[in-house]
Amino acid sequence: MAQQRGINMMDTLMFIVLGTLGATTPLLFAALGELVAERSGVLNLSIEGMMATGAAVGFAVTTLSHSHGLGFLAGALAAAALSLAFAMLVLVCLANQVAAGLAIGLLGLGVSALVGKPFEGNTVAPLSKLNILGLAHVPTIGPILFGQDILVYTGVALLAILAWMFKRTKLGLIIRAVGEAPTAARDIGYPVIGIRFGCVAFGGLLAGTGGAYLSTAYTALWTEGLVAGRGWIAVALVVFGSWIPLRIAIGAYVFAAISLLELSIQGLGLYIPSQFLSALPYIVTIVVLAVISRDTTYLRLNRPVALGKVFRYDG
Amino acid sequence: MRKGLLLPRLKLELRTNPSRFAVIGVSLMAIIASFAVGMMLLAILGRSPMRVANAFFIQPFTSLYGIGEILLKAGPLLLIAQGLAVGYRANVWNIGAEGQLIVGAIAAGALALSFDTSNSVFLLPAMIIVGAMAGATWAAIAAFLRVRWNANEILTTFMLSSVALQLLYYLVTGPLRDPSGQNFPQSALFSDAALFGTLIPGTRANTSLLLGLAGTLIAYIFIQHSIHGFRLVVSGLAPRAARYAGFGEARAVWIGLIAGGTCAGIAGVGEVAGPIGMLQRVLSPGYGFAAIIVAFLGGLHPIGIVLAHSHGATICGRRLRTGVG
Repeated sequence: MAQQRGINMMDTLMFIVLGTLGATTPLLFAALGELVAERSGVLNLSIEGMMATGAAVGFAVTTLSHSHGLGFLAGALAAAALSLAFAMLVLVCLANQVAAGLAIGLLGLGVSALVGKPFEGNTVAPLSKLNILGLAHVPTIGPILFGQDILVYTGVALLAILAWMFKRTKLGLIIRAVGEAPTAARDIGYPVIGIRFGCVAFGGLLAGTGGAYLSTAYTALWTEGLVAGRGWIAVALVVFGSWIPLRIAIGAYVFAAISLLELSIQGLGLYIPSQFLSALPYIVTIVVLAVISRDTTYLRLNRPVALGKVFRYDG
Repeated sequence: MRKGLLLPRLKLELRTNPSRFAVIGVSLMAIIASFAVGMMLLAILGRSPMRVANAFFIQPFTSLYGIGEILLKAGPLLLIAQGLAVGYRANVWNIGAEGQLIVGAIAAGALALSFDTSNSVFLLPAMIIVGAMAGATWAAIAAFLRVRWNANEILTTFMLSSVALQLLYYLVTGPLRDPSGQNFPQSALFSDAALFGTLIPGTRANTSLLLGLAGTLIAYIFIQHSIHGFRLVVSGLAPRAARYAGFGEARAVWIGLIAGGTCAGIAGVGEVAGPIGMLQRVLSPGYGFAAIIVAFLGGLHPIGIVLAHSHGATICGRRLRTGVG
């Protein structure tokens, strides 16, 4: 009996760890995309809508082409197109970033509903799991380290690349300069608007990829409202991680684990109203946000100085 | 931005005040532009824009019932948009009106269900008050977190919205579920005393629309003609100047969020005590989010919002009934 229980516990634990990695990936992509945009000084609040668009377009293209690769590409490009519309509004028309982000985000949700409508309730084949070096069947660590799908590894690689880029490369420094002191960056001769366009579009690509992963790999099922606030959690994660890639990734992992509590607690046979567990990630976000934001000095040290501010070339 | 390229002698300068024409004109232009883009999208999708325009903007007005349906959608949109705009003018970004609506509806619904045998004329007013207070309280959580701990209200209001939805799911599948309702996730029907009366006979439009109009009037007086509204607008346009003048930021946050929460809460009462008549899993087709757009389309100005919301309601009304779009 005790042994039986031990095996069940182990299974549940494995289930949580494996499921969490899958649930982390969309959050990680979206949050890293938002990070790049914010480091360049642009607060893009349309992540939720961009993810939803990426999810719907990615799902539609995967269904029609039977190719996950094309699905990710289409989802990423669709979200990037939205992010360019956002960039036009805030960088060229000098609109308020918050208002423009909300508006484009709502547009994205609408596009998502429209594109996804014919596919409501449909499923696609899930993204295949890799078997790196043939080690995926090693007990316990095999599936975790060597048996994930390609996007999980891409997410980790992206994390490493971005962390390195911001810290060690000229491009990273330029982006940071544009986000911290756009006037100074302009005076040195950097094309501030162009760099911001690039960063916002890159953020859109990542948000769309995250969304497409959600619909074509994580759930492999389309329903409207699939993104369910993950885009907003991604925005919050950037604050939690104080604009540092590794901390954001840790935050994404923790949040993914919380969002899976519902399933794992049922697995353990405890009874807690499922609605409470569904609400938990949002409640935790609020609490963590309050705790982190309390320390204004800490936030100010890490937050890009020009974040959310309108920049005029001639100003 | 480059000077002297095309117009060597003209120098464009920002005007300090938008003209009266601009306030209305911008709203109208935005509405026309949104209409045009919508038609273009439809054309791209291969639908005949004219037929859709007919379905959206003409056909509903050909019958009394159709007009009633539009008014039914217009009430909550107008009320919520007016409330949100008060905050937006002060750069207080409440995007959780959907949740505040739900909480207001829950509170009013709980009251209606606990007095389900009452036929007192005070039941409905009490529901409105309770709903308004519940919506305001939900928004006040975000205000408190922002003022006390500097937590970004955009994120907290959104998260609170999601929490409110789960709270509703819990209540309609548990404590507030109709005991004789065959396990459907919905409450019992409210008594007649807990429902708004019909405004125009032969339609579903009810007297809660009057609350939207009252909200507009109050918002207009508050924003355009009161010192508190002025302070709010200043703290939105020029935060530093506002601080220098002693217009507290905390005050703007509290007022901005509570205005939105109150209006959304009342709109929630209008829904459950209006067309729905009970608590169920879906209380709003997204009024809380659509109202954000309406507020912006209306240029955050009370009059502009009146112009914009009728446009929004026409579209919403049609969409909800036929699933077009």
